[in-house]
Amino acid sequence: MITLEVLHTGPLALVEDLGRPGLAHIGVTRSGAADRRSHRLANRLLANPDDRATIEVTLGGLHVRVCGGGLDIAVTGADANPTVDGIPFGVNSIAHIRDGQVIALDVPRTGLRSYLGVRGGIAVAGTLGSRSYDMLSGIGPAPLRPGDALPVGEPVGHRPELDQAPVAAMIAGPVELRMLPGPRYDWFVDSDAVVRTEWVTSDRSDRVGVRLIGPALQSRWPGRQLPSEGAVRGAVQVPPNGEPVILGADHPVTGGYPVIGVVLDADTDILAQLRPGQPVRLRWSAH
Amino acid sequence: MTAPTIRDYGDRALLLECGSTDEVLAVAGALRDAELPGVTDIIPGARTVLVALSEPTHQAPTRTRLADIEVSAAAMSVRPDHADVVIDVVYDGADLAAVAALVGMDTDGVVAAHTGALWRVGFGGFAPGFAYLIDGDPVLSVPRRAEPRTRVPAGSVALAGEFSGVYPRESPGGWQLIGHTDAVLWDVDRTLPALLTPGMWVRFRAVDAR
Repeated sequence: MITLEVLHTGPLALVEDLGRPGLAHIGVTRSGAADRRSHRLANRLLANPDDRATIEVTLGGLHVRVCGGGLDIAVTGADANPTVDGIPFGVNSIAHIRDGQVIALDVPRTGLRSYLGVRGGIAVAGTLGSRSYDMLSGIGPAPLRPGDALPVGEPVGHRPELDQAPVAAMIAGPVELRMLPGPRYDWFVDSDAVVRTEWVTSDRSDRVGVRLIGPALQSRWPGRQLPSEGAVRGAVQVPPNGEPVILGADHPVTGGYPVIGVVLDADTDILAQLRPGQPVRLRWSAH
Repeated sequence: MTAPTIRDYGDRALLLECGSTDEVLAVAGALRDAELPGVTDIIPGARTVLVALSEPTHQAPTRTRLADIEVSAAAMSVRPDHADVVIDVVYDGADLAAVAALVGMDTDGVVAAHTGALWRVGFGGFAPGFAYLIDGDPVLSVPRRAEPRTRVPAGSVALAGEFSGVYPRESPGGWQLIGHTDAVLWDVDRTLPALLTPGMWVRFRAVDAR
């Protein structure tokens, strides 16, 4: 059997797939890859089904050794200048790795999360039908640690045909996210301030939510309690301090803060690549 | 009941606004039975049901289908004679005396009120397996603790606002603790990981500490 031996993890390296839908009513959030688009691209390059697990690497630093045979891999998402035994191979393309070689990801200059996919997928044991680590609840395979040996799954279907995929480079400057008015849009004195402000991504952001820093949004009814209601990734919640939090992959299934807007589903993958300190603008979208 | 108001919630979910938690549970039950295509999650809240979809393309057709869902008056809760789940509780919580003082009873009165009425699972959240229990004895309505605890043990039975609940695992928490149970609220290795799911009826039964 082929395994990946973890040598270094960087700040945070997690096994993720497309999560565990269907369990929110018992308190389990969907979880899964924060940037699903990059996760899917890695699988497509490798001719894996979309739901095969990849390694989500936050701010680079992952080093793994391939043991037990040769392997096709791809790195997508934030460009972490991936190398094999020190030789760069480029993101968004397939690389063939021989037994014993070491894959290393550096700190990306733009973007936050890179995805290391392998042909056959990362085949660690799952929980509740998914191999995703949910950081809110601690469900799923634990964050990677040096010394872990990750089994690689059996490939299915045809050999990969794409060699590389064109992907626009991630930007370091202001990012724009499209959103629709949320169910509690009218709870604020000046709700449209949310789209006029250039927010800054807080370093207290994680897979649960991206916190924005900027002038506080004023509630029309300070102290008014919202009865708990369900939430999805992309919901822009405004807690009592007035600074929005955009919910991420591991968001709580229900919440008690008013949701002023909801980021379009496709743009939540862009959200997952915001770095601490990066400016971000929200824009009302046509439906 | 009146038909729920249907709102778009972003481009991959719909939010149904209901008049009461009873309506929420009736609507959520009807939606589960309807097995609509493209629906991944049906999430009851206190006054809403969130319907999460697999893709944005399902939003418009689901909006139409939701408007056609019939929720019969019979589906609205009729308080049953028997609970779906009985939870044995040792009433020795650190806040039991404080709760008794807040509601103007002695501690036996609090236990009698907590065990005397059936509670219903309204909705989840906070942690896997946690259930907000509703429709209990309204006399037990108490505020949260001013200072949340950093560590509440698993199995703690607690009150806050109109709700009762049982902590599925050790976590921080601000609810008033009235007792503890050995019942396992959450176990990922069980076929049904959550002991309590929305709509179930629950009775608490006082037992002596062993």
